[in-house]
Amino acid sequence: MTTTTVPGSTRRLLGGVQSDVARHEAAHGPLPHLSLHELLELVEASGLTGRGGAGFPTSIKVRAVASGVRRPVVVGNAMEGEPLSHKDAVLLDRSPHLVLDGLQVLARALRARRAILAVGPELDPGPAQEAARRRRGLEVAHLDGGFVSGQETALVNQLNGRRPVPRDPFTRVTESGVDGRPTLVLNAETLAQVALIARHGADWFRSAGTADDPGTSLFTVSGAVGRPGVVEAARGSRLCDVLEATEPRRTAAVLVGGYHGAWVPATHLDVRLTRSDLTPWNAAVGAGVLHVLDDRTCPLRFAAEVADYLAGESAAQCGPCINGLPQMASDLHRIAACVRDQRLPAAVARMAAQVKGRGACAHPDGTARFVGSTLEVFRDHTAAHLQGWCPTTMRPTPRGVS
Amino acid sequence: MTTRLHIDWTRCDGHGSCAELLPELLTVDDFGFPTVRTGDRDPVVPRRLEEAALHAVRNCPLMALRTYQAG
Repeated sequence: MTTTTVPGSTRRLLGGVQSDVARHEAAHGPLPHLSLHELLELVEASGLTGRGGAGFPTSIKVRAVASGVRRPVVVGNAMEGEPLSHKDAVLLDRSPHLVLDGLQVLARALRARRAILAVGPELDPGPAQEAARRRRGLEVAHLDGGFVSGQETALVNQLNGRRPVPRDPFTRVTESGVDGRPTLVLNAETLAQVALIARHGADWFRSAGTADDPGTSLFTVSGAVGRPGVVEAARGSRLCDVLEATEPRRTAAVLVGGYHGAWVPATHLDVRLTRSDLTPWNAAVGAGVLHVLDDRTCPLRFAAEVADYLAGESAAQCGPCINGLPQMASDLHRIAACVRDQRLPAAVARMAAQVKGRGACAHPDGTARFVGSTLEVFRDHTAAHLQGWCPTTMRPTPRGVS
Repeated sequence: MTTRLHIDWTRCDGHGSCAELLPELLTVDDFGFPTVRTGDRDPVVPRRLEEAALHAVRNCPLMALRTYQAG
């Protein structure tokens, strides 16, 4: 995994000082003590949103655990269950102190009972454990789990000694989470951003990005690129500018937001990576996953394999997800295999609509978004498959397909 | 205050009694699991259906259904 700097971008998060605390303090300065009021004002003024996927305003989440009488638990989420995402792994390797600083400044301000950094099975917990050794009261937990284990209720379940699967969201974790206490779960990168905002202020944070979508983000770029890796770029950067340094090859489309995300076709790579600019594609920056598909890969075959994977990663608790996801994946496979059944796209779209909003977590919704986007963006390609040929691998001739 | 209906999908096993007792709000999908007719996650229960909703809540064999008051 390499890291790449986008020309003209702000390099804030990946300082490369690893667990060396002296170099960390030399690079960033000491972590200030902030009261809850001061921290909330800063985070609110910064406009920081969660970097784990949902993009929820961080100040609202902090406020939700700040109002109660019970001392809360603060959890840093570095589960990174999305196979295409590596930004939290790189962040924890390069700047573990920055992540722990965010955890610490929040835990102090909130008078938290516990502060835990949850590290997923694919990540090396070493640098964070080493960094945490010099601080009091910060726990680093190396946990298990697959794609959905980073979903906040699944993470809370695992920290409470239960199976790492999502629970019914009726009771919010901000009301009752780890040890039954109000629990604040923030992504590792969000914590690192909080640590920087605590030091440098909201105006500094807003000096990158747009007014609506301020700051920088880490992006994990994979697929048909010469230099896959993690890139830091200002929010609102153009997609093509973020991709440029990774040397994309023969781009046909880019999957924005990972396996729960949506496609942006090669004709629109100048789209800005903000919530509003991505809305026409039903995409969102999410956890910053960008996967480049080249013109030599059949998008439907790729999508069918992803849909298979997602069906397999269901926690198998909710009926619509257990039944609907394999059905969608199987119909998508039939389209990919050039089965001439004109009803297939409608069947897939119907199933995608059916699973939406009908589960304890967003796994069915995310899968439906990905599958729906595939049929929408690759509409012409799908039409060819339904005629019995694949534009990526074959060419139609007057006598049929060669 | 309005009453809303919540389905705990981790409990629901598709017995289908809720859709029978509250057909105005619920139907079933291809696999027998309840579907909210309006497409809302937690649909509003109109006052005239409150008793039927309570009946559905009490008769779910897996206690997957509840009503709650929302502002």
